[in-house]
Formats: sequence, C-alpha cells, structure tokens
Amino acid sequence: MSDTMKYFRENRLPHIWCPGCGHGTVTGALVRAIAKLKLDKNKVVVVSGIGCSSRAPGYLDFDTLHTTHGRALAFATGIKLSRPDLKVIVMTGDGDATAIGGNHFIHAARRNIDITTIVMNNNIYGMTSGQYSPMTPKGMLGTTAPYGNVERSFDLGKLAIAAGATYVGRATSYHVTVLQDLIEKALLNKGFSVVEALTQCPTYMGRKNKLGGPVEMLEWFKARAVNIKAAAVMTPDKLEGKFLIGELYNQPEPEYTAEYSAMADQVRRRFDAFQGGVRGCEQNSD
Amino acid sequence: MSEQKKAFEHVIRERWCKGCNICVAFCPKQVLVLRNGKVHAAHPDQCIGCRMCELRCPDFAIEIREKGSAESLGRDASEVDYAIKPEAHQ
Ligand SMILES: Cc1ncc(C[n+]2csc(CCOP(=O)(O)OP(=O)(O)O)c2C)c(N)n1
Ligand code: SF4
Ligand code: SF4
Repeated sequence: MSDTMKYFRENRLPHIWCPGCGHGTVTGALVRAIAKLKLDKNKVVVVSGIGCSSRAPGYLDFDTLHTTHGRALAFATGIKLSRPDLKVIVMTGDGDATAIGGNHFIHAARRNIDITTIVMNNNIYGMTSGQYSPMTPKGMLGTTAPYGNVERSFDLGKLAIAAGATYVGRATSYHVTVLQDLIEKALLNKGFSVVEALTQCPTYMGRKNKLGGPVEMLEWFKARAVNIKAAAVMTPDKLEGKFLIGELYNQPEPEYTAEYSAMADQVRRRFDAFQGGVRGCEQNSD
Repeated sequence: MSEQKKAFEHVIRERWCKGCNICVAFCPKQVLVLRNGKVHAAHPDQCIGCRMCELRCPDFAIEIREKGSAESLGRDASEVDYAIKPEAHQ
C-alpha cells in the first residue's frame, strides 16, 4: 500500500462510503494495478458519472472528471479522441453504466475505443437509497421493488461482449487478487475493456434483502462465484445458482482512435497532394 | 533456502478504519480483532503476510509490512500519525 498511497488524494480521506461498502476495495484494486504497471500519473485520466461508485475518482490523484449521471463514457470518449496518448479509465456503477448510461456503454464497446471501464456492480442504486437497477436480480427487493423485482437483469459480461468490447472480466470485492489481475490486463488491452466488480452495498442492498452485514455479503460472493476455468469442467447442475468470475473474453480488434487518426492522416495526405484540377466529388462538399 | 520465519507488522490508520469487520472475519490466522470499533492486531506474531486484510479493506486502513524490509521509501503511513486522539472520546 505504501507505494500506492502516492496515487491517492490523501487529504480527501477517509472517504464518504458506508462502513463495509465494497467500492473502496475496488478503488484499492485499481490503484494497485496502476501502481504495478507503473503508469505515469500525469498520463492517466479517471472519469466517472454520478452515484456512490462514481465518487471514487475524487479520492485519486490523477486528472479526474466527475461528470453527469450516465455520461462518463461520453466525456471519456471526447478525452480519448482528443488525446489518444492518455490512459483513460471510467469508474461507474451498475445504474450509471447500464440504466441511464446504457446507450453510451454499448456504443463505446461497439467502437472499441481504448477506455478501461470498471463497473462497480452492487445490484442497486446506492446513492439514491436503494431503487432497483437493470442489474438487480429478479425477485430481489429494492425501494422501487417492494414486492420483489419482476424484471430480468442484464448479464453485463455478455452485454459487453455482444456489443463489441475486446476485454471483459468479472470479479468481486471478495476475490481481490483476481480483481486486480483483471484490471491490470484490462489496462493493457488496447481497446474497450470492461471489468465488472461485484461489490456489496450493505446499507441498501444488504438491509433491504436481509443479506446481513458486509462480511455475510462477502460470504455470499465467496459461495456463489466460480472461476471460469473451474467452470469448464463442471456439469450444468453444479453451476446452478452460481456466477462466473475471471477473464470472460479477450480478443484484440482494431482500436477506434487509431483507426480514426489513420483515416484523418490519409485524408490529409490526399489534400496535401492536391495540385489543382477537377476534384473528386467527395472533396467538393465545401 | 533460508528457513528463517518472516515476521510482519501491521500499520494501522485508525482514523480511516470504520470497523466493518471484513479484515477480522477473513484473516486466515485470526490475527486481528476489533477494539473500540477499530481494528487491532492482537496476535501479530501469527501473521503469515498474506495481505488479504490490506487488499480487502475498503478504507485503506490496514497495511502489512515485512519486518526489517527496506520497502517503502519516502512518505508512508507509518510516518503519519493516524491514531485518534484520546480527547476525541471525551
Ligand atoms: C440525470 C439524473 N437522473 C437521476 C439522478 C439521480 N441519481 C443519482 S445517483 C443514481 C443511481 C446511482 O446508482 P449506481 O450507478 O448503481 O451507483 P451506486 O450509488 O449504487 O454506487 C441516480 C438515479 C441524477 N443524479 N441525475
Ligand atoms: S449506500 Fe451502498 S453503495 Fe452507497 S456508500 Fe453506502 S454501502 Fe456503498
Ligand atoms: S477492513 Fe478496514 S475498515 Fe474494516 S475493520 Fe478492517 S481495517 Fe477497519
């Protein structure tokens, strides 16, 4: 931790999260991954939207942007396009990323823009006191689902892969070493990378659903998470009621800002080489 | 291979600890306890240095250091007083 402390705005700590909230554990894992990769802190930008989870960048000593609800990826896309040399990281919640920000999420994935997105999934809207989110499991309680959520929830991993993300992983705030390892690999992937970190919200998710305190919620993760490598040799009935953690997808593809600047270079060369005469229609649009 | 047993010390930022009990509950050697709502290393000699408390603590409030190691140069938790002043409890 000592070598990671330099990446924190220490005078902002202790943070505002509730006792036992998993968001701090995920933030710690990100910082350790960054420290391990020895990233230059002046070359890292961390962007977030709105939510308890989105408070994370405020504690980190990088260039940080706390934007509007659901729009972290839109801001991050702008940053990455104008400064492709920067490492852009988005820290977001399940509500921020998949409800109000769902459209930005799928399009960032489709473009395969080089942004590492860490989704802190506590299956609920923590900040606004426990409304259900698109990632609240069916049957669970929230302040807006007092009789149990009737909707099906997203599988964020599958959503990200289907939309075009090139690196996708999932871990929990219990499986901290797996989490740090996935974040490291996600940071190294040149393209849109998603790490879903399941975290506990003892205050709303825990209380509303009588899941116990933070320790019991971590026990819950421990009992239900199966590493994807172990799952490969397990029968479907053994996997009933479990969820997968580990590296879910890793297939590099051409990256958006690189493709964009290659296109711009090509157009620039064509204009520079232009000697007069009749231009091609596509160049006459001015 | 050296057979000498490694010893570890616990650097605790008391002011940041929220007493959530996560580190205490998952320590494989029951080294930690809560004392007045804050973490306390009751059996530091039993520590195997797995660092799971440090990695899981949501509040960056506990850190494991190998005794006698030259790691951590510069500004560091052990050089800052994070203890809660006794008068704060009055
Ligand atoms: C445009 C807009 N709509 C709604 C809100 C209210 N709001 C603030 S945070 C939040 C949900 C946050 O949930 P999530 O992203 O899961 O983060 P968590 O607090 O659970 O970490 C909502 C709906 C807002 N701030 N702005
Ligand atoms: S309300 Fe939930 S998500 Fe928000 S800080 Fe508290 S425990 Fe964390
Ligand atoms: S995990 Fe951290 S905040 Fe929780 S009791 Fe231990 S040191 Fe304190």
